[in-house]
Amino acid sequence: MTAFSINGRAVQVAAEPDTPLLWVIRDELKLTGTKYGCGIALCGACTVHIDGEPMRACQTPLDMVAGRQVTTIEGLSADSSHPLQKAWIAEQVPQCGYCQSGQIMQAAGLLASNPRPSREEIVAHMDGNLCRCGTYDRIIRAVERAAQES
Amino acid sequence: MTPHLQPRTTALSRRSFLVTLGGAGIAVAFASAPALLLAPEVAQAAAGGLVPNAWVTIAPDGTISLVSPAAEMGQGVKTALPLLIAEDMDADWSKVRVVQAPSDAERYGNPGFYGIQLTGGSETVRGYYQLLRLAGAQTRKVLLAIAAAQLGVPVGELTTEPGRVVHAGSGRALSYGEIAATGSLPDPLPQATEADLKPASQWRYIGRHDVDRVDVPSKVNGTAQFGIDVDLPDMLHGVVLRPPVPGERPERIDDAAAKAVKGVTRIVTLAYGVGIIGESTDAVRRAREALVVSWSNSSRVRTYDSASLAQAYREVGRDLAQPGVPARAEGIAPAAIAGATRVIVADYLTDLVHHATLEPMNATALVTGDTVEVWAPTQGPTATQRFAAEAAGTSPDKVKVHTTLIGGGFGRRAEDDFITDAVLLAKEVEGQPVKVVWSREDDVRHGKYRPLAAQHVEVGVDGAGNIVGWRHRVVADSIFARTMPEMFKGDGGLDTVVTDGTTFNYRVPAHLVEYIRQDSGRDVGFWRAVGYGQNNFGVECMIDEVAAARGVDPVALRLELLNGQPRAQKVIEAVAAMADWKRPREDRALGLAYTDAFGGHCAEVAEVSLDRESGEIRLHEVWCVVDPGVAIQPRNIEAQVAGAILFGISHALYEQINIVAGEVQETNFDTYRLLRMSEMPRIHVEVTPTPENKPAGIGEVGLPPIGPAIANAVARLTGGVRLRHYPFLPERVKAALAG
Repeated sequence: MTAFSINGRAVQVAAEPDTPLLWVIRDELKLTGTKYGCGIALCGACTVHIDGEPMRACQTPLDMVAGRQVTTIEGLSADSSHPLQKAWIAEQVPQCGYCQSGQIMQAAGLLASNPRPSREEIVAHMDGNLCRCGTYDRIIRAVERAAQES
Repeated sequence: MTPHLQPRTTALSRRSFLVTLGGAGIAVAFASAPALLLAPEVAQAAAGGLVPNAWVTIAPDGTISLVSPAAEMGQGVKTALPLLIAEDMDADWSKVRVVQAPSDAERYGNPGFYGIQLTGGSETVRGYYQLLRLAGAQTRKVLLAIAAAQLGVPVGELTTEPGRVVHAGSGRALSYGEIAATGSLPDPLPQATEADLKPASQWRYIGRHDVDRVDVPSKVNGTAQFGIDVDLPDMLHGVVLRPPVPGERPERIDDAAAKAVKGVTRIVTLAYGVGIIGESTDAVRRAREALVVSWSNSSRVRTYDSASLAQAYREVGRDLAQPGVPARAEGIAPAAIAGATRVIVADYLTDLVHHATLEPMNATALVTGDTVEVWAPTQGPTATQRFAAEAAGTSPDKVKVHTTLIGGGFGRRAEDDFITDAVLLAKEVEGQPVKVVWSREDDVRHGKYRPLAAQHVEVGVDGAGNIVGWRHRVVADSIFARTMPEMFKGDGGLDTVVTDGTTFNYRVPAHLVEYIRQDSGRDVGFWRAVGYGQNNFGVECMIDEVAAARGVDPVALRLELLNGQPRAQKVIEAVAAMADWKRPREDRALGLAYTDAFGGHCAEVAEVSLDRESGEIRLHEVWCVVDPGVAIQPRNIEAQVAGAILFGISHALYEQINIVAGEVQETNFDTYRLLRMSEMPRIHVEVTPTPENKPAGIGEVGLPPIGPAIANAVARLTGGVRLRHYPFLPERVKAALAG
C-alpha cells in the first residue's frame, strides 16, 4: 500500500509501486480532470502538483509520492475561485479543453513562485504544455490577468 | 474498409416533415415530441415542462432546456446552436441549460448535411442555422398563444422580453415558467416561417461579445467529461495491439506472460489485432507490453514508402497524358495555355499529416443481447450507430450513442476504428461495459492521415501578363472512395473533398481542374480543412508566382482577379492595411494568401525572417481578416481562426508522417512535432461580420492561407526562392535556397 495525500485527503492505494501516478489518480481515485496525453512527459496534460511543484503524473511512479501532498485540478480550489480559473473564464481560453487542466496546474506553479511573471517568463514556463487547438495566446493573456488580479 | 458516412436517404425524406419549402420561404412543421418518443436525456428535461418541439423544454421554474444536436470538440457549437434557439424564442440566456442530443438523426440530423448527425466540414452552424432559429420562433409563438388565452387578450397585443410575455396595455406579464406551469399546448400547434424570425436589429444574443461559452466553466475545474473520462459500474478496461503494418493479421500469439499480469481478465484475438481486457488501464497496458505476437506478412501496403510515393505522385501530376476526372472545366484551358506567351509551371507536394487530437482515440461500449450502448467522443453519432451495429452483429436502431465532449476532433473522430475496438471487446464480456483507450503511440501510428498529395499547376499568361488559362492537377488517394463510396461513384470518381479549394473564386478565362486518383491501399481521412489545406497552398503560391512573373504586386493581382466580389476584396484590402503591406521590413518580408473556404472569406499576412545557415523559418507576426457572414459568437470566431492559424503553421513548418515499408516511423510527440507556445508568432485576427450574409463555417477557414502566406513571404524575402513542399523543413529550405 502506498499512502499519500490527494487534495488534502489521506489515501492508501494498493496499485503496484511503479504504476504511473496518472492512472492511479484517474482509475482508482476517480479524479478525471488530470488527462492522459502522451505518457512520456511531452505534452503536460497530466500536470499535477507534488508538494506544490508542477509534475507530470504520467512519468511519476506511485511510490514516489508516498507521504507527499498531491494536488490535482479538482483540488486547486473548491469552487473554481483560483485567480487562474477565474482568468481562464474571463479570457474564454478553452476550446476543446482537454489540455487545460494541465495548463492551469502548470501556470499555478509559476504564479506560486513568481507572482508577476513577464510574457517571456510565462512562455518559457508553459512551453512544455501542448495545446492542439491553439489557445496559447489566450493562455498567456489569462496568466497575465491572473497575475494582475491576484 | 467500411463504407460509412454516406447520406441517409431515409433521414432526408423523413426530414421533409420537419422542414418543408413553403410559399414564404422555409416553413417548419414542428410537432411536439411526446415524452415517450424522447430519448431519456431529453425526456428528463421535459418532465413536467412544456415541450413545444423536440428542441425546447420549459420547466415551471423557468429553466429552459435546449438540445444541442452537434458534437462539441472545441469549436463552440454547444453554445452557438442553442443560442440560435434562444434568440428567436426570446429566452433569458441565464436560465438556459444545454442538453446533448441522443443519436437520433430523424429528429436531430443536420438538414444542411445529408440529414445525419455528423459534426464536420464546418457544416454545423451553416446547416442548422435556419432550423434552430425557426424552432425558437415557433416556441415563441406557442408561448404567446398560451399567454393570450391565459390573459384573455389578443395575441397581437403581446410582446416578449427575455423570459417573459408582456401585455403593455394592462401592464401584466407572464414569465415563461409561469406559462409552462399552467399552460398546455395549443391545438393546432402554431408554426413558424421565415417571416417570424427576428430582424438583425432586434437580436439580443447573436453577434455579441459578452456571451460566454457554456462549456468553459467545466473546462477549468476538471469536471468536463470527455470520452476518456467515462466511468460506469463494473466497467472493464481494454487495449488493442495492432500490427505495425495495417492489413496484417495476428498469426501466432504467445500470451502466457500477458495473462499472468495481475488484473488481466481476457485476451481476445481480433481480425486486425489482439485485444486485452482487464480491471485497470495499468493492467491492460502492462499486459500488452508482455504480449508476443507474430503477424502475417501479406498486407498490400507493406511496400508503402511515403518519400518515394511523393515523388511518384509528382511525376503523375506532370505527365499530362495521364487523364483525370474534371472537377471544373471552364473554357479550354490546355489550348489557352498552349497558345500563351508564357507558361508558369509548378509542382506542390504535401506530406501525410496526423490529427494528433490531444485526447487519444477511445470509446466505451456495453453489449447486452442484441443491443449496444456506446459512450464516445464521436463526431458522427449516426455513423457510430452503424459501426457499432456491424461490430456487434446487430442493426443500427439497436445502438444507442452517448456523445461526450471531444478532446479535439479535426475529422479523426468521424472514423470507425476506435468504436469497433470497444464494441468487439465489450461483446466478449456481455453485460459489462469496456472502455478502450488508445495509447499515444497507437494514435500516431494508426492514424487516418490527410492524403499525401501532389499538385501540378500550369498557368498561361498573354503578352500583357494576363492569365489566359489555369490548369490544376491534384494527385492523391481518395477519402470519399472509402468513406462515401456512393457519392464518390455518383460524382464519377471525383473526390470533391480532396479537390476542395481548387475551384476557386478567382476569375480566369479558362480553368481546368483534374483529379487523378491514386490508390495506395492505405486509408486516408478528413483532416482539419481537408482539401483546402493542401490545395490552397498550390493556388495561393501560384497567384504569387504569376504576380512575380508579371511584375505586379500580389495584392493588386488578387484584387483584379476578384473583381466584382466585394467581400473577397475587402478582407484582402483590410489585412493588407493591418499589416502595413507596402512598408519594407529589414531582414523580413510579408506574404499574403486568401481563401473563400467554407462560405467565408479569409485573408492572412505572415511576416517572416530566415536563418539561411540552418534553413529555419522564423515567423514573427500574422495578421488575419475574416468575414464570417453573420457572426453568431464573434469572440469565439476570433479564437477559432487564431487556433486554426496555429494549426496551419504547425503543419506547414513541422508536421510529417513518414512511412517506410508500410510502417509509420513517428510514434509520439517526440517524433511528431507540434507547434509549441514559444514558436507562436504574434497573431492579430480581425472579425468583420456581414450580418446580411449567411453564417460561414469558422472552425477551419483560418487554416488554409497561412502556409502559402509563409511560402510567399519567403519568396519575397529571398528574391523568388519558392518552397513547394509541406512541411518547410530546414533541409528543404536549404535545398531550395541552394537552387
